[in-house]
Amino acid sequence: MSTARLGVPRWAVAVAVLAAAFVGVPLAAMLGRADLGNFPAELASPAARDALWLSLRTSLSATVLCVLLGTPLALVLARGGSGWWLSVLRALVLIPLVLPPVVGGLALLYTFGRRGLLGHYLELAGISVAFSTTAVVLAQTFVSLPFLVLGLDGALRSVGERYDAAAATLGARPSFVFTRVTLPLIRPALVTGAILAFARSLGEFGATLTFAGSLQGVTRTLPLEIFLRRETDPAGAVALSLVLVVIAAAVIALARPSRGW
Amino acid sequence: MSGKGVPEMDARRIGAALGLVVLLGALLTGCGKDATDSSAADSTLTVFAASSLKVPFQELATTFEADHPGVTVSFNFAGSTDLVSQLQEGAPAQVLATADITSIQSAVDGGLLKTTPRTLATNHLVIAVPAGNPAGIKTFADLGKKGTRLVVCAPEVPCGRLAGQVADAAGVTLHPVSEEAAVADVLAKVVSGEADAGLVYASDATTAGGGVEAIEIPEAVALHNEYPIAVTASAGKQADTAQEFIDLVLSDQGRQVLTKAGFGQP
Repeated sequence: MSTARLGVPRWAVAVAVLAAAFVGVPLAAMLGRADLGNFPAELASPAARDALWLSLRTSLSATVLCVLLGTPLALVLARGGSGWWLSVLRALVLIPLVLPPVVGGLALLYTFGRRGLLGHYLELAGISVAFSTTAVVLAQTFVSLPFLVLGLDGALRSVGERYDAAAATLGARPSFVFTRVTLPLIRPALVTGAILAFARSLGEFGATLTFAGSLQGVTRTLPLEIFLRRETDPAGAVALSLVLVVIAAAVIALARPSRGW
Repeated sequence: MSGKGVPEMDARRIGAALGLVVLLGALLTGCGKDATDSSAADSTLTVFAASSLKVPFQELATTFEADHPGVTVSFNFAGSTDLVSQLQEGAPAQVLATADITSIQSAVDGGLLKTTPRTLATNHLVIAVPAGNPAGIKTFADLGKKGTRLVVCAPEVPCGRLAGQVADAAGVTLHPVSEEAAVADVLAKVVSGEADAGLVYASDATTAGGGVEAIEIPEAVALHNEYPIAVTASAGKQADTAQEFIDLVLSDQGRQVLTKAGFGQP
């Protein structure tokens, strides 16, 4: 009982190899097409550097927004009881996952655009969101939020409410319980969720293209730069794609929680 | 922990499910192969065409299918560069029509074409403004004014190169708020009213209908681009059918349909 190792079924290993190959082979194929000798020159071009810097900045902002907005949302979803409105809320949170990003971008345009639901009033107040870096962050937050919320929701459920209840019986107020008991318990899930949100933001393309436009240094993130460069310089586009892959891999490796998730 | 039966049964069930997936996959690919084998040989003509040709080509395809019983015309509408690279990677197509000479030239150089490209139409840039022209754009010079939210194509794509040439010819410096990778994205931003103005092809402004108003640019008419069309090298047995489709596009009837869609005559 104490030293029994849980074996992995052989068929699972076989399927796992197949699954890994499914992701790995296209990556290898991409590597095969990359002109690695030209790699530093590609990276040094001002367009690429601007795009990379913009991508990192906006993805980080979007991740912070996701954590700030998503954590309370996950808390309400997991601990809010069993009302019908919670099911509605959960479905609502999931929508950006199934929505094609281009449609998400349209939805944002109809909300924050010049003639949009809210954008109309923002425009009157002299605030213009479209074609700005803010629009990029909004688009990234919109598509990345479900990744954080779903992860946290699951973690909150599996952690249970025992510790929170114990703290509450000792007289702690809900906010105190949240920051001192709940948050430390779900920290690994929070880190994982934030990484997923960051990765999704980094790769965001469709919503940004539709909602924010594409201008070097302002709204043209790395995926948009790759899309554009493909027109004239496919090898350069592949090189930049590899940069994106390397960043994503580095972020996941650096921030991987030591235990649990 | 509560007995061996449950996990074993799960494993068996998963095994069965996997078997089913493999079987389904085999069936699907089998069916797919059958479908392409039998139809591609004698009844489906695949045309790779620039996105801007969508409306007139679909209309011409209906005519073509009526005149050629048993033949179905299937389209792949995309950016010209994409079309050529898809052909390069072995995508099956019998006809290629691009929106510029540069991209079809790379297909010629790559040995991807069977016939010499012929020009089917021309197109030139116009200023597209949202219905009602809220920013009051009148001339090309208005586009260079600070505060005008102008959207153009990026210099990397044909419509962007053309926009640069027109700006040079008109002696106007443009300050776009966005440089899109496709003319469709430029148009979308004008239609939605996000942009005050955009530079699009005359045919795009025509297709967009009431959502936009078009303003002609005198300098742009001379700087038009040409749409070449050719039979691909991989057309094989269907080369004759492909040529007949091209003949229809180049015929008087084809010209009429293209003119109606906002294209110029070569």
